[in-house]
Amino acid sequence: MQKDYEDIPGTFVFDADRSREGYHLNQFCISLRLQKNRDAFNADQETYLDKYPMTPEQRDAVLKRDWNRLLELGGNIYYTSKLAANDGINFQNLAGLMTGMGVEAYRDMMLAGGRSPEGNRYKSEWEDK
Amino acid sequence: MARIVAGVGCSHVPAIGVAMDTHITDQPYWQPVFKGFEFSRKWMAEEKPDVVFLVYNDHCTAFDASVIPTFALGCAASFTPADEGWGPRPVPMVYNHQKMASHIAQSLILDEFDITIMNEMEVDHGLTVPLSVMYGDKTPEDDWGVKVIPLAVNVVQYPAPTGNRCYNLGKAIRRAVESYPEDLKVMIFGTGGMSHQLQYKRAGLINPEFDNMFLDKLTSDPVGLSKMPHVDYLREAGSEGVEMVMWHVMRGALDEDVVEVHRHYHVPASNTAVGHIILENKDYHDSRKTLAAE
Repeated sequence: MQKDYEDIPGTFVFDADRSREGYHLNQFCISLRLQKNRDAFNADQETYLDKYPMTPEQRDAVLKRDWNRLLELGGNIYYTSKLAANDGINFQNLAGLMTGMGVEAYRDMMLAGGRSPEGNRYKSEWEDK
Repeated sequence: MARIVAGVGCSHVPAIGVAMDTHITDQPYWQPVFKGFEFSRKWMAEEKPDVVFLVYNDHCTAFDASVIPTFALGCAASFTPADEGWGPRPVPMVYNHQKMASHIAQSLILDEFDITIMNEMEVDHGLTVPLSVMYGDKTPEDDWGVKVIPLAVNVVQYPAPTGNRCYNLGKAIRRAVESYPEDLKVMIFGTGGMSHQLQYKRAGLINPEFDNMFLDKLTSDPVGLSKMPHVDYLREAGSEGVEMVMWHVMRGALDEDVVEVHRHYHVPASNTAVGHIILENKDYHDSRKTLAAE
């Protein structure tokens, strides 16, 4: 199937291919929605992760809280945000981390009106940066 | 018969719920967000709908990756506000108009919209934040003061239903409501958006021109607007901006002629542009004006 959205820069569209790749990672993340699971995970992360047959790379990215790597490996933001919430990181601060800007610079950008679509629509526009 | 008199479009940013729940809506950051809902709360208090048909998306709360229905209609007697990972929101239980919901479920399927029927479902901020901004502060002991029929739309895994499909579903919902014999005043909410991207290196994208074009065309060219392809939302309004397809369900359920009685647009709330619109069916709008003049 042709993917007309693949030329958008800095973006993963969570399609069927990504969903398949990230299934166990995402199911782990959503399990943290519930307090009893958060407690079990926080008590012993390695043992808790054994229940989810994710790839070694995905597991490593979870343990390192490598937020962008999680998305690159099939994670979806609505799922990975549950892991962030477990760590006390809200959506805005998580975005600050993923953009590489840091939390404060990101918050300032949002207060100034956010990231303009100008120069941010096509991957070709990012190549010179 | 039951009838739909008006539609509400509304963002459902979780941070808006947090701001209300932690009582910081007077802070300079939040004050302009909530100012735009002052009119709406008065309007709701005056209009007092019996039922709100609320179109929203679940954010991996009631649905994990194991089951992903495109359209899921809440047919349970009530819906509990869910723990989304930071504790449940301290807001009232959501009560359904269960008889009408089951009527709509049957009507939609016979009308060839093969929806999923949810006889148990928790609801997340996608549903409770629009109720909070429109009805104001409530505690878990309170009642929302309205029956709510939830329709959860998949916008998490690509592809979301097309705008055209959503618009036509709105028409089918209207047919279902109008074939319900009881005299009930119904409003329809389309929620989500506006432009926002929560993820990866382009997070923080905001496109006010796109958002206001969208708000304008809800009145001036809803059919044309409903034909917009997904890639335009993704590119122009951010990867999570595609939530706006849900507004087409709301628009499709209204008359061809509507009157925009209120609009609110503000950047930012957390990562997101907040958009809000109230559309009344023109006939209903005119009949109220006549009533007021008498």
